[in-house]
Amino acid sequence: MVGSIVFWAAAGANRGWTKTHIPIKTVDAVTGLEGIQWQAEFVPGVDFLGATLLGAGVLAGIALFVPRKSKQPKMETK
Amino acid sequence: MKTKLAILTLIGVTGIVFAAPQTFDFKDPKGINNAGFKLDAPLEAINGNASGVSGTVTFDPENPGTTRGKIIVATGSLMLPNPMQKQHMLSDKWLNAAKFPEITFESKEFKNVKTTGDTTMADVTGTFMLKGVSKELTVPVKLTYMKDKLSQRVPNQKGDLLVVRASFTIKRGDFNINPGQFEDKVSDTIEITLSIAGASPN
Repeated sequence: MVGSIVFWAAAGANRGWTKTHIPIKTVDAVTGLEGIQWQAEFVPGVDFLGATLLGAGVLAGIALFVPRKSKQPKMETK
Repeated sequence: MKTKLAILTLIGVTGIVFAAPQTFDFKDPKGINNAGFKLDAPLEAINGNASGVSGTVTFDPENPGTTRGKIIVATGSLMLPNPMQKQHMLSDKWLNAAKFPEITFESKEFKNVKTTGDTTMADVTGTFMLKGVSKELTVPVKLTYMKDKLSQRVPNQKGDLLVVRASFTIKRGDFNINPGQFEDKVSDTIEITLSIAGASPN
């Protein structure tokens, strides 16, 4: 849970949807026109954050209902 | 001598008066030509662009008011940063790119033409077609004629360039794109910015 928040924050804390491409502006030296080149880059958004937090919550919930294995050795009865 | 001079002058004057309009091809080998679009809804802003620009414009530097042309944008070239949004945008629920592969603007008339040097400002009236729906629009444009500049952009090719810049808005509802629906997330108003250059080789 903490890991996904840190990852999302480190990637720019994008409050929009997850992006797989980012626009890179280029200027044509002759005409002065501004063009856009799309560069493949993963930028996690709030949907990524929500999905990972939900996933972590579900796993935590499941963990509550799964009986823990006892670490103590069983006592043998005679 | 005087006769020769008179003939040369006549040829020169005739050339100026009857200078043929040039045809500019807007298929850009450098991939700079693009049409940007922006939708700013209360809950979400969508910014993208389209690179699949083509078409031709006939332009007469001596008479820019007679400019005519058609610009085509390939619907499938519309790009968004989010792949799911892009998929939805091109699907049959929104633009239906498979059925309507082109977005076009064809000019009919230039009004309020003002030329200063190589730059012409005008209001262009024409037919804008999106998702199979045609509407007449008047769009302010800026044309910049760049004589003998093609070789600087495309090596070993001599000719002229024509740069076209335009910004205008449309309503998606007017073009049967989910009219009146999802307006909190997908704005009805679409801002379109055209930044394109055409080439006219000699």
